[in-house]
Amino acid sequence: MAKAVVTVIGKDKPGIIAGVSNTLAEHHINILDVSQTIMSDIFTMSMLINLEKLDEEYNKLQDDLNGLGKQLNVEIHMQREEIFNAMSRV
Amino acid sequence: METSQITETINMVSEEHLDIRTVTMGISLLDTVAGTPQETAKNIYHKITTYAKNLVAVAQQIEREFGIPITNKRISVTPIALIAGKATPDDMLYYAHALDDAAKAVGVDFIGGYSALVQKGFANGDLALIKSMPRALTETDLVMSSVNIGSSKAGINLDAVKLMGETIKAITDKSDTANAKLVVFANAVEDNPFMAGAFHGVTEADVVINVGVSGPGVVKRALEKVKGEPIQIVAETVKKTAFKITRVGQMVGALAAERLGVEFGIVDLSLAPTPARGDSVAEVLEEIGLEMVGTHGTTAALMLLNDAVKKGGVMASQRVGGLSGAFIPVSEDAGMIDAVEAGILSLAKLEAMTSVCSVGLDMIAVPGDTEATTISAMIADEAAIGVQNNKTTAVRILPTNGTKVGDMVDYGGLLGTAPVMPVVPKSSADFINRGGHIPAPIHSFKN
Repeated sequence: MAKAVVTVIGKDKPGIIAGVSNTLAEHHINILDVSQTIMSDIFTMSMLINLEKLDEEYNKLQDDLNGLGKQLNVEIHMQREEIFNAMSRV
Repeated sequence: METSQITETINMVSEEHLDIRTVTMGISLLDTVAGTPQETAKNIYHKITTYAKNLVAVAQQIEREFGIPITNKRISVTPIALIAGKATPDDMLYYAHALDDAAKAVGVDFIGGYSALVQKGFANGDLALIKSMPRALTETDLVMSSVNIGSSKAGINLDAVKLMGETIKAITDKSDTANAKLVVFANAVEDNPFMAGAFHGVTEADVVINVGVSGPGVVKRALEKVKGEPIQIVAETVKKTAFKITRVGQMVGALAAERLGVEFGIVDLSLAPTPARGDSVAEVLEEIGLEMVGTHGTTAALMLLNDAVKKGGVMASQRVGGLSGAFIPVSEDAGMIDAVEAGILSLAKLEAMTSVCSVGLDMIAVPGDTEATTISAMIADEAAIGVQNNKTTAVRILPTNGTKVGDMVDYGGLLGTAPVMPVVPKSSADFINRGGHIPAPIHSFKN
């Protein structure tokens, strides 16, 4: 199963989780795991998402998330899970 | 997966300049040889544009999916001197232009392999290719060139060393910056993805993907966390970091090869700097404890760094190759430039450093009135270090007409800016003009 990690970093404000979740839902993406903290006003969230239904539209979803990031003034990355596994696991 | 691991990876890319320096497609041209240079050139163009058609698009899609920049997309080909065995220097231009046109058609950054292997002697194609270089390198944009003039097995071809000094001067007379596209090797490797020295050796498979990873910034940041610790902790930290970086290279290379339907070759795990601050090998050496690169202790620190990079990378990749170590080009490394300008890093120290790192005197500007035989003698010194110590050495010395010591020469983009360095003002002409062949060292006779 292809998975990706979505990370969101930026100044905390209402609507970040809602915005990201909505965008993912519009693309029929299931969220598998979420971890979120706020450290001295900086909002940090990582989400593990299931890409199974998506592969064709990877770039479209990434563009939408980047657009949302600009709108919310936070940084949103979407990267396939394999890069984190490659680096951190033998 | 832990959030800290995710954050670490993201920071490596966004703050510490981790990148895949290059995805290089190696293409054999052995099956392109036809009756005339024109026909062969046409076949070369056709083969390259067929196999590399999707190289850039595939690399860009991987960048998107994994969030890791792939700075350059490149092609390396069979040394052209082998393909053009019967050619005259004028014929050679057909080949150079075919490479340049093909590289432009598929949108890669560079194409390497305008090369000759002359460590033991010249064949017709070798001489024709070298004689064509001043025109070929100034009439094309993306073509990169290399000549191997020595090996541990064959010794050093001093006639070729002399000819390369003259050729570098002849290129200088035509262009201020084209010399940056030519590198003179001893013990050249056949699967190197880095430029200007990439070529696709004759023992390689038909088409392969080789990957060069980079990341001096990542190593520096990791070392900042072990300030004051014993030196073996530094080595361990470099090893672990090199492992992580190389794993990314392995993953990207395997995926690119799969998507392009070709074989995956090697990962070259070199620490290659760029002119950007924070992406410097000099800064890594300074983090180990040197006030400025070039001071006493630099060679020892570099030896440790180069070795630890190899040890960390070897386990992270199925197949390691290329140059794999630390690069110390002057113009491409902000810390090296600072040290040269401060008068701390000299040519003599750089030469010593090349005996323990993976390349040689690289991207070093010298005054335009430097004698051809002096440049040849620098090449001979580097070749001697490589041949005697069973390692690759490379020379990219850049004389620029009208410059004097202290001037800056701009090579553009990743090639950076080099301060003109002083050379020793005594002649080596009688040594170089002897010509002939320096015999292979005694330890080469292992059969």
